[in-house]
Amino acid sequence: MNSPSTRSSRPAPVSLGPPDPTLPLLEVDGLATHFLTERGMVKAVDGVTFSLRPGQTLGVVGESGSGKTILARSIMGLLPPRNVTRTGTVRFAGHDLTAMSERELAHVRGREIAMIFQDPMTSLNPVLRVGRQITESVRHHLGMSAKAARAWGTELLDMVGIPAPGLRMDDYPHELSGGMRQRVTIAIALACEPKLIIADEPTTALDVTVQAQILDLLQELQASQGMALILVTHDLGVVAGRTDDIAVMYAGKIVEHAPTPALFAQMRHPYTEALLRSIPKLDDASHTRLETIPGRPPDLVAPPPGCRFAPRCMLVQDRCRTELPELTAGGGSGHRYRCFYPVGTEIGEAARARNEAGATPAAASASTASAPRSSMASRVSTASESDGSRGH
Amino acid sequence: MPVPQQPDLTALPSSSSAQRAAAVLVGSGTSGATVDDGQVLRRRLPLSFWISAVFLAIIVLAAVTADWLPFVDPVEDYDPQALAAGPSGEHLFGTTSNGNDVLSIVVQGARTSLIVGLFAVALGFFFGGLLGLVAGYFRGWFDTVISAVIDILLAFPALVLALAIVSFKGPSLTVVTITLGILAIPAVARVARAATLQYASREFVLAARTLGASHKRVIFREVLPNVVIPMAAVSLVAVAVVMVAESGLAFLGAGVPADTPSWGSLMKLGQGQLDKGAAHICLFPAAALFITVYSLNTIGDTLRQRFDVGRGVL
Amino acid sequence: MAGSGTAPLRDPDVALLRVEHLTVEFPAGRGRRVHAVSDVSFDVYPGETLGLVGESGCGKSTTGRAIMQISRPTGGSVKLAGREIVGTTGEALRQIRPEMQMIFQDPISSLNPRRRVGDIVAQPLEIWHRGDAEARTAKVRELLGAVGLDPDTAMGRRPHQFSGGQCQRISIARALALEPTLLICDEPVSALDVSVQAQILNLLEDMKARYGLTMIFIAHDLAVVKNVSDRVAVMYLGKLCEIAPPDELYRNPAHPYTRALLSAIPIPDPTVRPRRREGVAGEIPSPLAPPSGCRFRTRCPRTTSRCETEEPAMTAAGDGHFVACHHPVVEPAPVAG
Repeated sequence: MNSPSTRSSRPAPVSLGPPDPTLPLLEVDGLATHFLTERGMVKAVDGVTFSLRPGQTLGVVGESGSGKTILARSIMGLLPPRNVTRTGTVRFAGHDLTAMSERELAHVRGREIAMIFQDPMTSLNPVLRVGRQITESVRHHLGMSAKAARAWGTELLDMVGIPAPGLRMDDYPHELSGGMRQRVTIAIALACEPKLIIADEPTTALDVTVQAQILDLLQELQASQGMALILVTHDLGVVAGRTDDIAVMYAGKIVEHAPTPALFAQMRHPYTEALLRSIPKLDDASHTRLETIPGRPPDLVAPPPGCRFAPRCMLVQDRCRTELPELTAGGGSGHRYRCFYPVGTEIGEAARARNEAGATPAAASASTASAPRSSMASRVSTASESDGSRGH
Repeated sequence: MPVPQQPDLTALPSSSSAQRAAAVLVGSGTSGATVDDGQVLRRRLPLSFWISAVFLAIIVLAAVTADWLPFVDPVEDYDPQALAAGPSGEHLFGTTSNGNDVLSIVVQGARTSLIVGLFAVALGFFFGGLLGLVAGYFRGWFDTVISAVIDILLAFPALVLALAIVSFKGPSLTVVTITLGILAIPAVARVARAATLQYASREFVLAARTLGASHKRVIFREVLPNVVIPMAAVSLVAVAVVMVAESGLAFLGAGVPADTPSWGSLMKLGQGQLDKGAAHICLFPAAALFITVYSLNTIGDTLRQRFDVGRGVL
Repeated sequence: MAGSGTAPLRDPDVALLRVEHLTVEFPAGRGRRVHAVSDVSFDVYPGETLGLVGESGCGKSTTGRAIMQISRPTGGSVKLAGREIVGTTGEALRQIRPEMQMIFQDPISSLNPRRRVGDIVAQPLEIWHRGDAEARTAKVRELLGAVGLDPDTAMGRRPHQFSGGQCQRISIARALALEPTLLICDEPVSALDVSVQAQILNLLEDMKARYGLTMIFIAHDLAVVKNVSDRVAVMYLGKLCEIAPPDELYRNPAHPYTRALLSAIPIPDPTVRPRRREGVAGEIPSPLAPPSGCRFRTRCPRTTSRCETEEPAMTAAGDGHFVACHHPVVEPAPVAG
């Protein structure tokens, strides 16, 4: 990677001024995004609160339908124009994004906050040359001249590790490989030197060696540019070594949020623990039986009244079924979780022991049930609960 | 045991593109399995569909039951007291310049138009569907030839071709039907081929092959049930096009024989009266044609959207 | 990598499947050819699971399809229980089909959206006229139960009413209906969430035991492959690089590409910081014009002029461990442990 030490073409400082490192860069408070569908209100994101310091990296982890992608788009205000309600506030460098007009938001997007999407082929415009797509935002936001923008674009391509950047500026996206395309989308995101990058599954469509390259690149750039990064992914492995904090989402809510080392050292939420345990480990011997999560995620139109994870939880108690636990701090060092009977605590392990001893709630019997492809697909959810419950 | 719930196409309020976008967003949160949102979201049929269906039902019903309805014979009976008379209590749609009852001709003409439309499209549906399926499934040189022929036929001015055939073979209901049927083949074949291409690459087709299913079985049991929907949608539109063509031919005097009542020949008859204060002779058959064609198009479009086959197919 | 040779092959009388010098090429227009699979040899013993692992474009899926004779091999031999199946066509090929079945990556696309699940699973029985309607229904019920679905609710429904994981269960039930001896799984869990992935992997292990299956498990995820396999073969750009029992391969990867793959895996443990990459600069070359000699040499940190001119052959690097490399790595991998 070339270090961008000599940068004649660097854009002028942006309007909101340099972030105060002592204040949060991003404060999301009670953010809820609900979609009005034919089946009712889908609570895709349901009361998410967190904050991010300048330069910090947050991993948002969840499975299909957990709401992690909608969360990313809600922060940016990138939601369909109709049948959506977004409540709560998103404060960025002290400015309330939720109160901004679409026009004001357009100044923030791309310039202050940039987004990287999963599929570089669809996030790049196939009929425009790479150079045009990179320089578009700096010319628009920063009023750079065509010549200066091109020099800056070439520098950006060089920065993201694309060989012969001057030549690649004139390529069309289809002339590049998947990894190169994702590098281009990163270059586009970096163009205005944003303070925050939201990367939504940036490596899911890529091969494992290319994934490693892209994640390394993001990490290096983030460190050298002092940007904050939200890394949205389904893969705990992707965030484990590369984030400061991790937020685990389930059914539209953050169920556990902790500094990365603390989270892995002591998982408190039963879902986080179950998710990690279901991943095959390289260290395990072949044919090790994998632990599964019984049942399926709830229907987000009518989530369970208590804890969202209660129907599938191995530690579930009566209280969990009726009362929704708050995201509360526990164990110090900013570890927060949404559970009455946290894993690894006395009451949690007592609950597990009680369930294992016999009187197990429905969950334990459904050891092979499968999750739906998305909450939207769960039209037959009531009938399907039993689909997977036979067998082993 | 819970009762399996069937998709209920009418039970839910109507949707919009925004809702579908929302569904895609909600569903796309992940690496998870693909969401076939077209299937996931059920949509109520729009009002325009029902209005069209009612119009069409009235016209079909009138055409089918014309012989039993208390109409005068559109050819034999004429009213010498009312030549080119406007609508009245006795002649609801008025009369022609020969004194024939316009309502009777419109109703009997509906029968002609529907017979030609349905049989011609049935011809196109069968042969076009077969050609499209086979070409799209096997690809290769056969596909190349079929596609070339389809393109040539589609590029040829259809009405001129129809005029040529009809004037060569002589005007009869059969000749007009077969001629228009031949013209419907490439349209259906193209849609069937495109849809077949789309489904033949799906893994369930591959799975059927690896199970040892014959090509015939795969084509008719696996591919056809999926392809038949876009074919049906385009066929409804084709019926409308054929009906317009049939009227066009009759208007040009190259349609069904003169003694067969037809909207086209009625319009031709009315053409001469347009400037003589008898516009109704043209107006009523034209309105009947318009309503029928509009209804067929609306229903065809609704079905195509419903089954989400519009993209890249038509 | 770019390795050829039949050194990894074992006793042909025992092997259920023996693939020798398998080559698949596709015409790519203007006289060019895609070298999808080039001179690949391996075998699978009865009851064994062979993991076939590699990145996109390495030819692993094409290998699976060539064994199934969906993609026709342009050269080489595939013997199933001693019978040559390359070159069989028509009815002769059809008669072999029930012996080998395949599960595909996309669970939704694998099932005909317009048919009911009961009919989908009964389809193979109908094709082969196995039993009467009653016997078929009984068999379908047994299969659906075996894959963890409730036959009463599942049979009457259509695929879109099921989740991705459930659709994959239905695919498995259909593939097992003819009681095949060999099951080829082509990325069966790549499209699924991790918790569902675990369920399907466990199910495949159960089915393997219950129906006495021999499996080829194709995937890009090394941890998943390790979990299910008895032997793992690593592919790169149409060639086999390395083949070994999983524990041996993951502990002592000898091929630089295998090491690169292993070091790139994100480990869900923050105490294991991502290692410095073991030389995976650049990206996979075009299969239209693969590099001469060793196909991995353009990205390999250990490449020499010999790699350019001479293609490495498969040679023994341990017990059941074969590697195609002129400069294999001998020290243990940084990954294990």
